[in-house]
Amino acid sequence: MGAQSARSALAASQRPDVPDVRCGGNARNMRMSEGYRHGREVITKRLLYVNRRAPHGTIYGLEGLEVVLVGAAFDQRVSLLFLDDGVFQLVRDQDPSALGMKNFAKGFRALEMYDVTDVFVSADALAARGLTVDELIIEVVALDADTIAHLMDEQDVIFSF
Amino acid sequence: MKFGIVVNEGPYQHQASDTAYHFARAALGAGHEVFRVFFYHDGVYNGTDLAVPAQDDRSVTARWTELAKEHGVDLVLCVAAAQRRGILDEAERKRNDKSASNLAEGFRISGIGQLVEAAIIADRMVAFGD
Repeated sequence: MGAQSARSALAASQRPDVPDVRCGGNARNMRMSEGYRHGREVITKRLLYVNRRAPHGTIYGLEGLEVVLVGAAFDQRVSLLFLDDGVFQLVRDQDPSALGMKNFAKGFRALEMYDVTDVFVSADALAARGLTVDELIIEVVALDADTIAHLMDEQDVIFSF
Repeated sequence: MKFGIVVNEGPYQHQASDTAYHFARAALGAGHEVFRVFFYHDGVYNGTDLAVPAQDDRSVTARWTELAKEHGVDLVLCVAAAQRRGILDEAERKRNDKSASNLAEGFRISGIGQLVEAAIIADRMVAFGD
């Protein structure tokens, strides 16, 4: 994917229909399902989960996915980004049974049910590992490094696993 | 400022827990608030009551307990991460029919949602670990 189309895909994913209400924002401007109520505030933040590690050598990928799935209940504006060896987490048709490990990649299929649809991968990381988006278990948008920097820049919180 | 802190590594093996502790102390000393310290991944080992460090060494767990006592800081271990690594409070011990519980004083065990909630409520989340 070229840089231009990646940028427009990112722009489309930013959902301009969602009001930009941050800490202390006015709850009346928001859809009822949007945001987390804390006292008298309704807070909506941009949360980015960054996955950087291969799936089975450490537990970070699996425990990272657990945060994303539970965190979906908080009605925030969530994106996922796979960098470096993290792109291996998304490879389709994995069979780690010989390692005695769970194939948690299937869990990424649940993201859509949790309304987590902004899933990005590093185009450079895919290319460096001989992978394409067609070999991944879910639909993702591949981003160049500049667009990734922009994506990170606009977040309120970045979790890194 | 209201800080949320995440500790992602176990004690002694890695500097992360020490740095997180000193950061929390410094933040509180400067008049900031520490909304919660959340222990995830191997970070849950910070909450074991069974560690016996050498007498001339710091006790990482005891330091966290003191911080909770002095400042009322909320120290939370992720339940899923803690269970798979053998850190249980009394309720989890009973529920899983285990012989002992080992959660240190000042800590509590709760869901991973507490991490996300801290990220939403805190002005800044600061993560310690690789």
